[in-house]
Order: sequence, then structure tokens, then C-alpha cells
Amino acid sequence: MTTSTQSAVRTHAIGAQLFEGEERQKLVLDDESICLDVRNLNLYYGGDQALKGISLKIPAQRVTAFIGPSGCGKSTLLRCFNRMNDLIDICRIEGEVILDNEDIYRRGVDVAELRRKVGMVFQKPNPFPKSIYENVAYGLRLQGVNNRRILDEAVEKALRGAALWDEVKDRLQDNAMGLSGGQQQRLVIARAIAIEPEVLLLDEPASALDPISTLKIEELINELKSQYTIVIVTHNMQQAARVSDYTAFMYMGDLIEYNDTDTIFTNPSKKQTEDYITGRYG
Amino acid sequence: MSLVNIKTWGKSGAPWIWLNAGAVAASMVMVLGLLLLISVRGFSHFWPHALMEVNVTSPDGSVERVLGELVRSEELASSVLRDAGVQMTGHAELVERHLIKQGNRDTLGRDFVWYLAPRMGEPSYPVHATMLERREWGNFYGYLLELKEEGRSIAQGDALWPELLARVERANAIHDEIRKIERQDIGKVNFRMERLRLDERLMALDPNIPAAEVAQRKAEMAAERAELDAEYARYAEQLEVLYRDVKRDTLVAEIMDGRKVNVPVANIVRASQPNNMSIFAKLGYYAERFAEYVGGYPREANTEGGIFPAIFGTVTMVMVMSIIVTPFGILAAIYLREYAKQGPLLRLIRVSVYNLAGVPSIVFGVFGLGFFVYFLGGSIDELFYPEALPSPTFGTPGLFWASLTLALLTLPVVIVATEEGLARIPSTIRMGSLALGATKAETLWKVVVPLSTPAMMTGLILAIARAAGEVAPLMLVGVVKLAPTLPIDGNAPFIHMERKIMHLGFHIYDVGFQSPNVEAARPLVYATALTLVILIVLLNLAAISIRNHLREKYRSESD
Repeated sequence: MTTSTQSAVRTHAIGAQLFEGEERQKLVLDDESICLDVRNLNLYYGGDQALKGISLKIPAQRVTAFIGPSGCGKSTLLRCFNRMNDLIDICRIEGEVILDNEDIYRRGVDVAELRRKVGMVFQKPNPFPKSIYENVAYGLRLQGVNNRRILDEAVEKALRGAALWDEVKDRLQDNAMGLSGGQQQRLVIARAIAIEPEVLLLDEPASALDPISTLKIEELINELKSQYTIVIVTHNMQQAARVSDYTAFMYMGDLIEYNDTDTIFTNPSKKQTEDYITGRYG
Repeated sequence: MSLVNIKTWGKSGAPWIWLNAGAVAASMVMVLGLLLLISVRGFSHFWPHALMEVNVTSPDGSVERVLGELVRSEELASSVLRDAGVQMTGHAELVERHLIKQGNRDTLGRDFVWYLAPRMGEPSYPVHATMLERREWGNFYGYLLELKEEGRSIAQGDALWPELLARVERANAIHDEIRKIERQDIGKVNFRMERLRLDERLMALDPNIPAAEVAQRKAEMAAERAELDAEYARYAEQLEVLYRDVKRDTLVAEIMDGRKVNVPVANIVRASQPNNMSIFAKLGYYAERFAEYVGGYPREANTEGGIFPAIFGTVTMVMVMSIIVTPFGILAAIYLREYAKQGPLLRLIRVSVYNLAGVPSIVFGVFGLGFFVYFLGGSIDELFYPEALPSPTFGTPGLFWASLTLALLTLPVVIVATEEGLARIPSTIRMGSLALGATKAETLWKVVVPLSTPAMMTGLILAIARAAGEVAPLMLVGVVKLAPTLPIDGNAPFIHMERKIMHLGFHIYDVGFQSPNVEAARPLVYATALTLVILIVLLNLAAISIRNHLREKYRSESD
């Protein structure tokens, strides 16, 4: 059963029809402009294959959620988009990820430049133990921006963008470690959007936060999608249903199903997807 | 029943807690006991002890008057004394004896003498008993008779004491002036003369200078030398006047065997009548002597006077060592932890570095002497200081080589601490920086290294603690018993890395074990040891406060 599903996914590219017995709705991305185009991506940790022939298109200025049980490869796939997997020595990648008509795994790509275009927010808030101001200004300073006026403006814009400005505007020089977990996570988002990336990758951004902070982050995601392409990994299916426009379900390194969020949650075409969403496993 | 109780007691973990607490208590007692011992012995040295006068009757019936300080007492078996040929009366098994510091080494020969308690009469503490601290021959104890100015009698009786104090003060002021001229002014002239000599020699060694220029420069040098000679002559003349001036007054005093002694007032550092002093006067005297000890120069083969050059040398050496070891250790640790490929070779290197910390320090001294001093120093001399040869400049033990040897000795400590610090920076923080488009180097220098500065400071603190207390290797690479000059002074280039220095640790060894006058030196050993401990504590406190400041600045969730 599993092998047949896997081979089915391998042979069908995303956007193709996904049949299993009865006719289900199919994913149509014709109206969307595509930001990231993943083509037959395989990823190995040493001898273990963690991603198996993944192909999918991520639409621009939409929220795309990756869901699936632990260890299914959704975070690994997310990290492929800004080449964070390069930091792992034993990691090997085949296939293409097209961003702005260029394969980001092509030889000679400036990884630092890529990461400026593809920002990332991690599961655990990881502000630098510096002032709030310096945290947000860090990315700009790396690019050589040291003009105080430009930095001030950019910091304010980013903090407003991350819905944090009103809470911290009077203590920008305080240590960021003094903020609450939810504030820290929004600060990290502000830090990421301060350098105006095209894509924002969120790796379980609310899993370490309390419900109120989670709500704030979700509201923030809704506001940010008008400017950024957002890809979010989450364990929380309600969260995926609330914030995302498209959802991809992954299992054991395979992309099982990818469709608009309503369809995935109301009328999934695969039994595995349905089982996972209804909480029968995972 | 009780067995069960013991079992449950054992299971509760209480024995372990008691054992641990006991170990801590034992350590505390040992450390505090040590500090208490050296504090009591060291600090009491400066206190003006009472002067005791006592009659001692010899076995042959002759009576000897003794005046001095009671240093300590002990009991020993009378049989031991009999075996040593001492005539003993009475049948007591144990007999007490007292060590009395009677001073007057110039007239009496010995300044510390043991007297048996049964032969001593009733002690008295006469108010006019006077102690004179002298520049030569140690202390004088006796009674004052007369003060003379160029042979004429000035004061006697009650008028004598205040007059003496005034004149001692005057003599000390002149002495300060003499020392200033000798050390600073003439020192400067000598330094410039030596420079001139070396310049001349350098010119002679260089065959490429045209003859006309040589002649011109020689003329300039001759002029400068004449100027310096004139300056020197002027200072010498001033000194002669001062020396004549200071020798003006003489004190006539009586010592205990009835002899009259002439003590030049110029020879007196301090006069006191301890039996006549109030507690406040004693405190003032104590403070004065303590200040002299900390801020003054040593006298009498280091057994008297101050230890300022040793304090200064120790601090300078530790500072130079810190400046050398910090960048080396940090860069090495960063390479080992962040860039080097982890593997068997790296493990081997790391183990070697860690083991370097266990190599006996004298081995570092031998290495420093052989490699740094003779090889590196010799090469430097040939390349840069040919004019001074055959007398070496850097090719001889000195401050720089001592600091470099200590830096090598403490390098493992800094490397290990820095590596630990780097390893403790959470990977999420590195990831955060990389995800913002920072390169590895940018992440390292802007985030990781600043965050590990507290760990680096910890390494430096340990290095300072180890280096400041190290003596053995220093004897080979730059520390001497008595250094004529400080390593930092007013002559360019101000910090003289090639000079030999004095060091508190070596001072302890030298005073305690190389001194001709063991009894006089004993309290100084404790005082110097105490100074060294206090100095190390101060250096550490300074480093710790810097570290705590950095910790506060880079407070991270991992701490």
C-alpha cells in the first residue's frame, strides 16, 4: 500500500490530477504567480533518504503550510529553500529549487545573498543577546548600512511590520533577552523582514509560545502575506487551517498531497491525509 | 530495628551531604588557617613592640643587661641543653627560653639572642628606651644621651627627643632629594650617555656612511656628550653638597653594656620610644612602616625597607603576559573549535594542548631560556642591536622573556576556557545569524565571539592566577634578586622589555632562604607572601568584575 502511494506521488507532478478511485478536486495554480518551484528534490543524510522526489510550486504572496507527523521531512524541505541544510556535513541534495528563474543549488550561488532573499524564523525564539534595536538592525549592518537615520527608519518599519513597535518603542536599547517569548518571536520576525526578503520561512514559529502569543503570531502572518511569500511548517492542524492558503501533507519523506487548504481539510483525496487530519495517526 | 534506621538514613542521601559538607568545611578551614597564619605573622611585623629591659645572670655570676623586643618563646628539654654544654642548675625537665631581638649588630655582633628564662630577672619597660631604625646595621636599641651638630652639643635631656625627631625628618628629606637626583636625574643622564655611546658604535659599524657625514655627526655627538658631562658634573656637585649637609648631625647614645655609641642622624630612618607611645601613636607608626613596606625600595639585602619593585615587577609581568596570551589563546581556540576539521589529528592536537597545562613549570623555564632567551633573543640582538654587542640586550633574561614564558605556560588554560565558551553558544543563535545572510566569519565575529568574551575572561582569570604565583621558571628567564631599575620609567621607550625585574614570589624565596639574617627575614617572608596573595586576589577581582560586566552585557538564555 505504502509503496504504491509513493510511486504514485513520484509519477504525478504537483498540479496534475490526483485520482484515487472517485474524482476529487485538483490543485490549480494558474491564477497564482509562482515564487518557488521545487523540481524532483531528493535529500540524503548519509545513507538515509529524507526527502523523496519532492516536486511542488509555492505561490507568491500566499501562505503555504507544510503539515505531517514528526520526522516526515517538512522542516528539512523548508530548510532546503534557504540552504540551511548546507550546514550539515553529511547532507546531500539532488534536484532543483527555482527562485527568480534560477536554481538556488546551482554552482556559484552566493548563499549569503540567497538567505537575504529567503528569510527564516525558527521554532525557538533566537534573538541575539544584544539590544532590541541592534537585533533588528543586524541584517542591515551586515549589508554595510550604518547610516543612523536609515537604520532608525528601517528598524521602526520592521518593528511596526511585526506588530511589536508599540510595545518596545520606549526601550529599543534594552536587551532583547528581557522580552517575553512571544515578543521575542515577533522580534525575530521583525529582524527577518528588516532586510525585506522575498520569502519568509517559518519553522513552527508558535510551537514554543502560549495561546495568546500564538494568536498574535497568526494575525501577523495574515498581515505579512500581502508583502511576502510565506511558507510555514506546523504541527498544529488548526493553525494550518487558520493561516494558510495552501497546504502540503508530507509523510516519511514523501509529499502525499498538496492542495488549497479548504480542500485538504474538507475533502482530501488521499486516505493517509484524511487519517492524519482526523487524528487517526501522526 | 536500628539497622533499618541506618539503612533508611543511608538511602536518604544524608551521609553524602554530610561527607560533602565536611569536605567543604575542611577546605575552608585549611584556606582560612593559611591566610590567618600569614596575616598574623605578616602584619604584626610592622607593629612597634614593647622594649623589654632585663638582667641576665650567667652561671659564672656576671650580670648582663639586655634591652630588646621579645620575639618568641619556646620550651625545650633541659637534657638537650645539658648535652649542648650549657650549665644548668635546678632539676626541671623542661626549661623555657626567650628569643630577644637586641639589635645593635654593629657593636654586639648578634642581633637575635636566646636567653634561658631561669637566668632572666624581672623585666621592666623603661619609657626612655629608644629604638632607632637605621639604614645600615639593622635596629639600634638603647638610651639617648646627647645630640651634636658638627661636634657641638645641641640638646640633652628632655629637649633631646623632639630635637632628634625634627633632625631625623630633615635628614630624611635630604635623603629623598639625594635619591631623586641619583635615580631620576643622573639616571636620565646615564641613559642618554649610553644611548650616545651606542649610536656612535652603530655609526662605526656601518661602512656606508660618507666620511663627511661621519665627521659632522661625531662633532654633534661630542657636543652632546660635553653637554651631558656638564650636566652630570652639576648633579654630582649638588649631591656632594647634600651629602655634606646630611652628615651634619650626630647622636650619642648608650647601649646596654655601657658603651657610648655615635649614630649619625643621616643613618636613622625612624626613631621611636615604643614604651612611651599611645595606641594612636602606635597605629600611626604602623601605618607609616606599612606604607614604606609597600611603596619603598629594599635595603640591607632585601631584609629591610620595602618591596615596591617586586610588586611593580609582578604586576607588569602579569599584564604583559595577559596581553600576549589573550590573542594567541583566543585565536587558537577559535581555529580549533570553528574551522579545523574534526578528526583524529585535531583530537591529538587538543590532547597535547591540554597536557601542556600539566608540564612542570620549570620545564617551561628551561625552554624559555634555551629558545626564547638564547635563540630568539640572541638573533634579535644580532639583527637589531649589533651596537651593544658583546653585551646582550634581548639575549639575556628579562621582562619580555619572562612574560612570554608565562604566556606559553598559561596558553592551555585560555584555549580550554575559550573553547568551552564557544561550544556553549547555542546553535540557534548561529543559525539566526546565518539565516540573515551573514557569512560564517561574520557570524563568528559579530555574534559568537562577543558572546564568548565572558568565557575568555574566565580563561584569562585562571591564567593570571597561575602566572602571578609562578616562580620556578622565572628564575631562569628574567627575575632577579635586586633589579637596579624598574621596567617602566620616564626614559623613552618607557616600557623596557629587556630589563630584569623583581618578583614577589622570588622575593619570598630569596628573603626566606637566601638571606644571611634568617630571624630578621622571617616576618618579611610572611608579609611578602601576604602581599602576593592580596595582589593575586586584586588582579583576579579586577578580571572578574570585567567578566561580570561582559556577562551582564551579553546576558543570554543559556546562562
